[in-house]
Amino acid sequence: MEAEKYIRITELCTFYEVETSFIDSLKDYGLVEIVIFEEEEVIPEEQVQDFEKILRLHYDLDINLEGIDAIHHLLHQIGELQKEVKLLKNRLSRWEDQL
Amino acid sequence: MEFIDYYKVLGLEKNASQDEIRKAYRKLARKLHPDLNPNDPSAQKKFQQINEANEVLSDPEKRKKYDQYGKDWQHAEEFEKARQQQKSYQQQSSGPGNFGGGGYAGGAGGFEGFEGGDFSDFFESMFGGAAGRGSGRGSQFRGQDLSAELQLDLSEVYAPHKRTLTVNGKNIRLSIPAGVENGQTIRIKGHGGPGVNGGPNGDLLLTFNIVNNTQFKREGSNLYSNEELDISTAALGGEVTVKTFQGKAKLKVKPETQSGSTVKLKGKGFPKYKQDGQFGDLFITFNVSVPQNLSDREKELFEELKKIRNHGG
Repeated sequence: MEAEKYIRITELCTFYEVETSFIDSLKDYGLVEIVIFEEEEVIPEEQVQDFEKILRLHYDLDINLEGIDAIHHLLHQIGELQKEVKLLKNRLSRWEDQL
Repeated sequence: MEFIDYYKVLGLEKNASQDEIRKAYRKLARKLHPDLNPNDPSAQKKFQQINEANEVLSDPEKRKKYDQYGKDWQHAEEFEKARQQQKSYQQQSSGPGNFGGGGYAGGAGGFEGFEGGDFSDFFESMFGGAAGRGSGRGSQFRGQDLSAELQLDLSEVYAPHKRTLTVNGKNIRLSIPAGVENGQTIRIKGHGGPGVNGGPNGDLLLTFNIVNNTQFKREGSNLYSNEELDISTAALGGEVTVKTFQGKAKLKVKPETQSGSTVKLKGKGFPKYKQDGQFGDLFITFNVSVPQNLSDREKELFEELKKIRNHGG
Protein backbone atom coordinates (compact mmCIF):
# COMPACT_ATOMS: atom_id res chain seq x y z
CA MET A 1 0.00 0.00 0.00
CA GLU A 2 1.52 3.32 -1.04
CA ALA A 3 0.88 6.25 1.29
CA GLU A 4 0.68 8.87 -1.46
CA LYS A 5 -2.30 7.15 -3.06
CA TYR A 6 -4.54 7.74 -0.05
CA ILE A 7 -6.00 10.82 1.57
CA ARG A 8 -6.80 11.09 5.25
CA ILE A 9 -10.47 11.51 6.03
CA THR A 10 -9.67 14.28 8.50
CA GLU A 11 -7.83 16.22 5.79
CA LEU A 12 -10.63 15.62 3.33
CA CYS A 13 -13.21 16.98 5.79
CA THR A 14 -11.17 20.10 6.49
CA PHE A 15 -10.50 20.67 2.84
CA TYR A 16 -14.09 20.38 1.70
CA GLU A 17 -15.61 21.71 4.92
CA VAL A 18 -17.77 18.71 5.63
CA GLU A 19 -18.45 16.82 8.84
CA THR A 20 -16.95 13.39 9.36
CA SER A 21 -20.51 12.17 9.87
CA PHE A 22 -21.16 13.04 6.22
CA ILE A 23 -18.30 10.76 5.17
CA ASP A 24 -19.66 8.06 7.47
CA SER A 25 -23.04 8.33 5.75
CA LEU A 26 -21.38 8.02 2.35
CA LYS A 27 -19.61 4.94 3.61
CA ASP A 28 -22.89 3.48 4.88
CA TYR A 29 -24.44 3.95 1.44
CA GLY A 30 -21.40 2.35 -0.17
CA LEU A 31 -20.68 5.56 -2.06
CA VAL A 32 -17.08 5.80 -0.87
CA GLU A 33 -14.61 3.15 0.18
CA ILE A 34 -12.82 3.93 3.42
CA VAL A 35 -9.74 1.94 4.36
CA ILE A 36 -7.42 1.99 7.35
CA PHE A 37 -3.84 2.95 6.64
CA GLU A 38 -1.35 3.38 9.49
CA GLU A 39 -4.27 3.35 11.93
CA GLU A 40 -6.00 6.20 10.17
CA GLU A 41 -9.10 6.28 8.02
CA VAL A 42 -8.24 7.17 4.44
CA ILE A 43 -9.82 7.06 1.01
CA PRO A 44 -8.08 6.09 -2.22
CA GLU A 45 -7.03 9.12 -4.24
CA GLU A 46 -8.87 7.90 -7.34
CA GLN A 47 -12.15 8.21 -5.39
CA VAL A 48 -11.74 11.93 -4.78
CA GLN A 49 -13.28 12.70 -8.16
CA ASP A 50 -16.38 10.67 -7.28
CA PHE A 51 -16.43 12.28 -3.85
CA GLU A 52 -16.43 15.76 -5.40
CA LYS A 53 -19.27 14.70 -7.68
CA ILE A 54 -21.28 13.57 -4.65
CA LEU A 55 -20.62 16.92 -2.95
CA ARG A 56 -21.84 18.82 -6.00
CA LEU A 57 -24.99 16.75 -6.28
CA HIS A 58 -25.68 17.09 -2.58
CA TYR A 59 -24.91 20.76 -2.07
CA ASP A 60 -25.58 22.26 -5.49
CA LEU A 61 -28.73 20.35 -6.30
CA ASP A 62 -30.02 19.57 -2.81
CA ILE A 63 -30.13 15.86 -3.54
CA ASN A 64 -30.14 13.72 -0.45
CA LEU A 65 -27.93 10.67 -0.04
CA GLU A 66 -30.73 8.26 -0.97
CA GLY A 67 -31.13 10.17 -4.23
CA ILE A 68 -27.37 10.22 -4.85
CA ASP A 69 -27.23 6.48 -4.22
CA ALA A 70 -29.99 5.96 -6.80
CA ILE A 71 -28.30 8.33 -9.27
CA HIS A 72 -25.00 6.53 -8.73
CA HIS A 73 -26.61 3.21 -9.66
CA LEU A 74 -28.47 4.69 -12.63
CA LEU A 75 -25.36 6.42 -13.99
CA HIS A 76 -23.53 3.12 -13.67
CA GLN A 77 -26.33 1.41 -15.57
CA ILE A 78 -26.30 4.13 -18.24
CA GLY A 79 -22.54 3.67 -18.59
CA GLU A 80 -22.98 -0.08 -19.02
CA LEU A 81 -25.79 0.44 -21.54
CA GLN A 82 -23.68 2.95 -23.48
CA LYS A 83 -20.89 0.36 -23.63
CA GLU A 84 -23.37 -2.25 -24.85
CA VAL A 85 -24.75 0.13 -27.49
CA LYS A 86 -21.21 0.75 -28.76
CA LEU A 87 -20.57 -2.99 -28.87
CA LEU A 88 -23.82 -3.65 -30.72
CA LYS A 89 -23.19 -0.79 -33.15
CA ASN A 90 -19.78 -2.24 -33.93
CA ARG A 91 -21.35 -5.68 -34.35
CA LEU A 92 -24.15 -4.30 -36.51
CA SER A 93 -21.64 -2.73 -38.89
CA ARG A 94 -20.80 -6.30 -39.98
CA TRP A 95 -24.24 -6.66 -41.52
CA GLU A 96 -24.91 -3.12 -42.71
CA ASP A 97 -23.71 -3.74 -46.28
CA GLN A 98 -26.02 -6.70 -46.59
CA LEU A 99 -29.18 -4.87 -45.50
CA MET B 1 -24.00 40.41 -29.70
CA GLU B 2 -27.27 38.71 -28.92
CA PHE B 3 -29.68 39.47 -26.16
CA ILE B 4 -30.38 36.54 -23.89
CA ASP B 5 -33.76 36.38 -22.27
CA TYR B 6 -32.84 34.98 -18.88
CA TYR B 7 -36.49 34.61 -17.93
CA LYS B 8 -37.05 32.47 -21.01
CA VAL B 9 -33.95 30.43 -20.24
CA LEU B 10 -35.48 29.52 -16.88
CA GLY B 11 -39.02 29.29 -18.27
CA LEU B 12 -40.31 32.14 -16.11
CA GLU B 13 -42.52 35.19 -16.40
CA LYS B 14 -40.92 38.58 -15.82
CA ASN B 15 -42.75 39.01 -12.54
CA ALA B 16 -41.45 35.71 -11.14
CA SER B 17 -40.73 35.73 -7.43
CA GLN B 18 -37.33 34.83 -5.99
CA ASP B 19 -38.82 31.57 -4.81
CA GLU B 20 -40.05 30.76 -8.32
CA ILE B 21 -36.63 31.59 -9.75
CA ARG B 22 -34.95 29.36 -7.22
CA LYS B 23 -37.34 26.49 -7.92
CA ALA B 24 -37.09 26.84 -11.70
CA TYR B 25 -33.29 26.92 -11.52
CA ARG B 26 -33.14 23.91 -9.21
CA LYS B 27 -35.45 21.93 -11.44
CA LEU B 28 -33.46 22.66 -14.59
CA ALA B 29 -30.13 22.21 -12.80
CA ARG B 30 -31.19 18.73 -11.70
CA LYS B 31 -32.03 17.93 -15.29
CA LEU B 32 -28.97 19.47 -16.95
CA HIS B 33 -26.20 19.15 -14.35
CA PRO B 34 -23.00 17.88 -16.03
CA ASP B 35 -22.58 15.16 -13.39
CA LEU B 36 -25.94 13.77 -14.43
CA ASN B 37 -25.27 14.14 -18.16
CA PRO B 38 -21.75 12.90 -18.74
CA ASN B 39 -20.57 13.15 -22.36
CA ASP B 40 -23.47 15.41 -23.32
CA PRO B 41 -22.07 18.76 -24.50
CA SER B 42 -25.52 20.17 -25.28
CA ALA B 43 -26.65 19.60 -21.68
CA GLN B 44 -23.45 21.24 -20.43
CA LYS B 45 -24.05 24.26 -22.63
CA LYS B 46 -27.62 24.59 -21.41
CA PHE B 47 -26.40 24.19 -17.86
CA GLN B 48 -24.06 27.15 -18.36
CA GLN B 49 -26.97 29.16 -19.67
CA ILE B 50 -29.24 28.43 -16.72
CA ASN B 51 -26.38 29.19 -14.36
CA GLU B 52 -25.87 32.51 -15.99
CA ALA B 53 -29.59 33.23 -15.86
CA ASN B 54 -29.75 32.23 -12.22
CA GLU B 55 -26.69 34.31 -11.39
CA VAL B 56 -28.47 37.36 -12.74
CA LEU B 57 -32.05 36.78 -11.67
CA SER B 58 -31.36 35.49 -8.19
CA ASP B 59 -29.38 38.61 -7.33
CA PRO B 60 -31.88 41.46 -6.80
CA GLU B 61 -29.38 44.12 -7.81
CA LYS B 62 -28.31 42.40 -11.01
CA ARG B 63 -31.91 41.53 -11.80
CA LYS B 64 -32.94 45.15 -11.38
CA LYS B 65 -30.31 46.27 -13.86
CA TYR B 66 -31.21 43.49 -16.23
CA ASP B 67 -34.91 44.41 -16.10
CA GLN B 68 -34.04 48.05 -16.58
CA TYR B 69 -31.83 47.66 -19.64
CA GLY B 70 -32.80 44.29 -21.02
CA LYS B 71 -35.73 45.61 -23.01
CA ASP B 72 -33.40 47.96 -24.88
CA TRP B 73 -31.18 45.30 -26.24
CA GLN B 74 -32.79 45.52 -29.65
CA HIS B 75 -30.86 48.81 -29.82
CA ALA B 76 -27.65 47.10 -28.92
CA GLU B 77 -25.74 48.53 -31.84
CA GLU B 78 -26.63 52.11 -30.98
CA PHE B 79 -25.87 51.34 -27.40
CA GLU B 80 -22.45 50.00 -28.29
CA LYS B 81 -21.74 53.04 -30.43
CA ALA B 82 -22.80 55.32 -27.64
CA ARG B 83 -20.70 53.34 -25.20
CA GLN B 84 -17.61 53.71 -27.34
CA GLN B 85 -18.15 57.45 -27.62
CA GLN B 86 -19.02 58.04 -24.01
CA LYS B 87 -16.42 56.14 -22.09
CA SER B 88 -16.47 58.78 -19.42
CA TYR B 89 -19.92 57.57 -18.46
CA GLN B 90 -18.53 54.26 -17.38
CA GLN B 91 -17.62 55.36 -13.91
CA GLN B 92 -20.94 57.06 -13.27
CA SER B 93 -23.92 55.57 -11.65
CA SER B 94 -26.33 53.70 -13.83
CA GLY B 95 -29.62 55.05 -14.97
CA PRO B 96 -31.83 55.48 -18.00
CA GLY B 97 -29.82 56.90 -20.86
CA ASN B 98 -26.63 55.77 -19.26
CA PHE B 99 -26.10 52.59 -21.23
CA GLY B 100 -22.64 51.24 -20.86
CA GLY B 101 -22.25 52.67 -17.42
CA GLY B 102 -22.66 50.60 -14.35
CA GLY B 103 -25.00 48.15 -16.04
CA TYR B 104 -24.10 45.97 -18.93
CA ALA B 105 -20.47 45.64 -19.81
CA GLY B 106 -21.47 44.80 -23.34
CA GLY B 107 -22.59 41.28 -24.08
CA ALA B 108 -24.63 38.39 -22.95
CA GLY B 109 -23.92 37.74 -19.32
CA GLY B 110 -21.86 40.86 -19.27
CA PHE B 111 -22.81 42.42 -15.97
CA GLU B 112 -20.03 43.99 -14.09
CA GLY B 113 -19.04 42.05 -11.09
CA PHE B 114 -19.49 38.60 -12.41
CA GLU B 115 -18.24 38.64 -15.96
CA GLY B 116 -14.70 37.49 -16.38
CA GLY B 117 -12.93 36.33 -13.27
CA ASP B 118 -15.88 35.96 -10.89
CA PHE B 119 -18.14 34.22 -13.32
CA SER B 120 -15.38 31.98 -14.58
CA ASP B 121 -14.64 30.94 -11.01
CA PHE B 122 -18.29 30.06 -10.68
CA PHE B 123 -18.14 27.86 -13.75
CA GLU B 124 -14.89 26.28 -12.64
CA SER B 125 -16.40 25.42 -9.34
CA MET B 126 -19.27 23.68 -11.07
CA PHE B 127 -17.22 21.73 -13.54
CA GLY B 128 -13.89 21.22 -11.93
CA GLY B 129 -14.47 20.66 -8.26
CA ALA B 130 -16.27 22.01 -5.25
CA ALA B 131 -14.50 25.34 -5.02
CA GLY B 132 -17.67 27.34 -5.31
CA ARG B 133 -19.37 25.41 -2.58
CA GLY B 134 -17.74 27.23 0.21
CA SER B 135 -14.27 25.83 0.51
CA GLY B 136 -12.96 29.28 -0.05
CA ARG B 137 -10.25 30.72 -2.17
CA GLY B 138 -6.80 29.34 -1.71
CA SER B 139 -8.07 25.77 -1.79
CA GLN B 140 -6.72 23.63 -4.55
CA PHE B 141 -9.05 21.76 -6.87
CA ARG B 142 -8.62 19.41 -9.71
CA GLY B 143 -9.33 20.84 -13.15
CA GLN B 144 -12.24 19.66 -15.25
CA ASP B 145 -12.00 16.63 -17.50
CA LEU B 146 -12.04 17.40 -21.21
CA SER B 147 -13.45 15.17 -23.92
CA ALA B 148 -12.10 14.85 -27.44
CA GLU B 149 -12.53 12.52 -30.38
CA LEU B 150 -9.74 11.09 -32.49
CA GLN B 151 -10.50 9.62 -35.89
CA LEU B 152 -8.25 6.85 -37.13
CA ASP B 153 -8.40 4.36 -39.97
CA LEU B 154 -8.79 0.71 -39.09
CA SER B 155 -5.40 0.02 -40.66
CA GLU B 156 -3.82 2.58 -38.32
CA VAL B 157 -4.89 0.68 -35.21
CA TYR B 158 -3.70 -2.67 -36.52
CA ALA B 159 -0.30 -1.87 -35.03
CA PRO B 160 0.72 0.38 -32.10
CA HIS B 161 0.34 3.90 -33.34
CA LYS B 162 2.02 7.14 -32.36
CA ARG B 163 0.14 10.38 -32.75
CA THR B 164 0.79 13.92 -31.60
CA LEU B 165 -2.24 15.91 -30.50
CA THR B 166 -2.46 19.56 -29.62
CA VAL B 167 -4.58 20.15 -26.53
CA ASN B 168 -4.84 23.58 -24.95
CA GLY B 169 -1.83 24.69 -26.98
CA LYS B 170 0.33 21.84 -25.73
CA ASN B 171 1.51 18.94 -27.82
CA ILE B 172 0.81 15.51 -26.40
CA ARG B 173 2.58 12.54 -27.90
CA LEU B 174 0.36 9.51 -27.62
CA SER B 175 1.16 5.85 -28.03
CA ILE B 176 -2.07 4.21 -29.05
CA PRO B 177 -2.05 0.46 -28.42
CA ALA B 178 -2.96 -1.81 -31.31
CA GLY B 179 -6.50 -3.13 -31.29
CA VAL B 180 -8.28 -0.03 -29.95
CA GLU B 181 -12.04 -0.39 -30.46
CA ASN B 182 -14.34 2.00 -32.26
CA GLY B 183 -16.00 4.15 -29.57
CA GLN B 184 -13.44 3.23 -26.92
CA THR B 185 -12.40 6.00 -24.56
CA ILE B 186 -9.01 6.28 -22.92
CA ARG B 187 -8.10 8.62 -20.09
CA ILE B 188 -4.95 10.69 -20.43
CA LYS B 189 -4.06 11.93 -17.02
CA GLY B 190 -3.27 15.57 -16.44
CA HIS B 191 -4.17 16.88 -19.89
CA GLY B 192 -7.62 18.24 -19.05
CA GLY B 193 -8.57 21.65 -17.73
CA PRO B 194 -6.15 23.46 -15.43
CA GLY B 195 -6.49 22.96 -11.69
CA VAL B 196 -7.79 25.75 -9.50
CA ASN B 197 -5.27 27.49 -7.25
CA GLY B 198 -2.48 25.13 -8.22
CA GLY B 199 -4.60 21.97 -8.00
CA PRO B 200 -3.88 19.13 -10.40
CA ASN B 201 -5.06 19.33 -13.97
CA GLY B 202 -8.09 17.32 -15.04
CA ASP B 203 -7.82 14.44 -17.49
CA LEU B 204 -8.35 14.25 -21.21
CA LEU B 205 -10.93 11.66 -22.24
CA LEU B 206 -10.12 10.61 -25.75
CA THR B 207 -12.71 8.64 -27.70
CA PHE B 208 -11.64 6.79 -30.82
CA ASN B 209 -13.69 6.93 -33.96
CA ILE B 210 -12.32 4.10 -36.08
CA VAL B 211 -13.19 4.41 -39.74
CA ASN B 212 -13.26 1.14 -41.61
CA ASN B 213 -12.77 1.39 -45.36
CA THR B 214 -11.54 -2.17 -45.80
CA GLN B 215 -13.39 -5.26 -47.03
CA PHE B 216 -13.16 -6.66 -43.51
CA LYS B 217 -15.83 -6.29 -40.88
CA ARG B 218 -14.57 -6.16 -37.35
CA GLU B 219 -16.10 -7.44 -34.16
CA GLY B 220 -13.70 -7.12 -31.24
CA SER B 221 -10.53 -8.81 -32.38
CA ASN B 222 -12.22 -11.01 -34.98
CA LEU B 223 -12.44 -10.06 -38.62
CA TYR B 224 -15.03 -11.19 -41.16
CA SER B 225 -14.92 -11.15 -44.93
CA ASN B 226 -16.61 -12.70 -47.93
CA GLU B 227 -14.83 -14.49 -50.78
CA GLU B 228 -16.21 -15.58 -54.12
CA LEU B 229 -15.74 -19.27 -54.90
CA ASP B 230 -16.20 -20.71 -58.39
CA ILE B 231 -18.64 -23.55 -58.72
CA SER B 232 -16.14 -26.23 -59.70
CA THR B 233 -13.78 -25.49 -56.79
CA ALA B 234 -16.78 -25.45 -54.48
CA ALA B 235 -17.87 -28.87 -55.79
CA LEU B 236 -14.50 -30.57 -56.16
CA GLY B 237 -12.41 -28.72 -53.59
CA GLY B 238 -9.03 -27.15 -54.22
CA GLU B 239 -6.87 -24.26 -53.18
CA VAL B 240 -7.77 -20.59 -53.33
CA THR B 241 -5.98 -17.38 -52.50
CA VAL B 242 -7.83 -15.19 -50.00
CA LYS B 243 -7.18 -11.71 -48.66
CA THR B 244 -6.22 -11.33 -45.01
CA PHE B 245 -5.61 -8.02 -43.23
CA GLN B 246 -1.87 -8.54 -43.61
CA GLY B 247 -1.89 -9.70 -47.20
CA LYS B 248 -2.83 -12.79 -49.17
CA ALA B 249 -2.99 -16.35 -47.89
CA LYS B 250 -3.58 -19.71 -49.55
CA LEU B 251 -6.48 -21.69 -48.26
CA LYS B 252 -7.60 -25.25 -48.94
CA VAL B 253 -11.25 -25.61 -49.87
CA LYS B 254 -13.03 -28.83 -48.97
CA PRO B 255 -14.96 -30.63 -51.69
CA GLU B 256 -18.70 -29.86 -51.71
CA THR B 257 -18.27 -26.51 -49.98
CA GLN B 258 -21.67 -24.82 -49.74
CA SER B 259 -22.38 -21.18 -50.49
CA GLY B 260 -22.55 -19.28 -47.20
CA SER B 261 -20.26 -21.68 -45.38
CA THR B 262 -17.56 -20.12 -43.21
CA VAL B 263 -14.00 -21.10 -42.49
CA LYS B 264 -11.88 -19.79 -39.66
CA LEU B 265 -8.29 -18.69 -40.10
CA LYS B 266 -6.90 -18.81 -36.62
CA GLY B 267 -4.79 -15.84 -35.56
CA LYS B 268 -5.40 -13.94 -38.80
CA GLY B 269 -7.79 -11.46 -37.20
CA PHE B 270 -7.15 -8.15 -35.46
CA PRO B 271 -4.67 -7.60 -32.60
CA LYS B 272 -6.17 -8.04 -29.14
CA TYR B 273 -6.11 -4.78 -27.20
CA LYS B 274 -3.20 -4.67 -24.76
CA GLN B 275 -2.40 -8.35 -25.31
CA ASP B 276 0.93 -8.27 -27.10
CA GLY B 277 1.25 -10.78 -29.90
CA GLN B 278 -2.33 -12.05 -29.50
CA PHE B 279 -4.65 -11.90 -32.47
CA GLY B 280 -8.26 -12.74 -33.08
CA ASP B 281 -9.41 -14.93 -35.96
CA LEU B 282 -10.46 -14.23 -39.53
CA PHE B 283 -13.75 -15.74 -40.65
CA ILE B 284 -14.20 -16.12 -44.36
CA THR B 285 -17.63 -16.77 -45.79
CA PHE B 286 -17.73 -18.31 -49.26
CA ASN B 287 -20.21 -17.12 -51.84
CA VAL B 288 -20.35 -19.71 -54.59
CA SER B 289 -20.66 -17.93 -57.89
CA VAL B 290 -22.67 -19.36 -60.77
CA PRO B 291 -20.83 -18.96 -64.08
CA GLN B 292 -22.27 -16.59 -66.66
CA ASN B 293 -22.08 -16.54 -70.48
CA LEU B 294 -21.89 -20.33 -70.72
CA SER B 295 -20.51 -21.81 -73.92
CA ASP B 296 -22.44 -24.54 -75.78
CA ARG B 297 -20.05 -27.15 -74.47
CA GLU B 298 -20.49 -25.92 -70.88
CA LYS B 299 -24.24 -25.99 -71.25
CA GLU B 300 -23.97 -29.54 -72.58
CA LEU B 301 -21.95 -30.61 -69.58
CA PHE B 302 -24.36 -28.96 -67.15
CA GLU B 303 -27.27 -30.71 -68.89
CA GLU B 304 -25.44 -34.00 -68.54
CA LEU B 305 -24.72 -33.27 -64.90
CA LYS B 306 -28.37 -32.42 -64.36
CA LYS B 307 -29.45 -35.77 -65.85
CA ILE B 308 -26.97 -37.60 -63.67
CA ARG B 309 -28.19 -35.76 -60.58
CA ASN B 310 -31.86 -36.42 -61.45
CA HIS B 311 -31.63 -39.98 -62.63
CA GLY B 312 -28.54 -41.27 -60.91
CA GLY B 313 -26.57 -41.71 -64.13
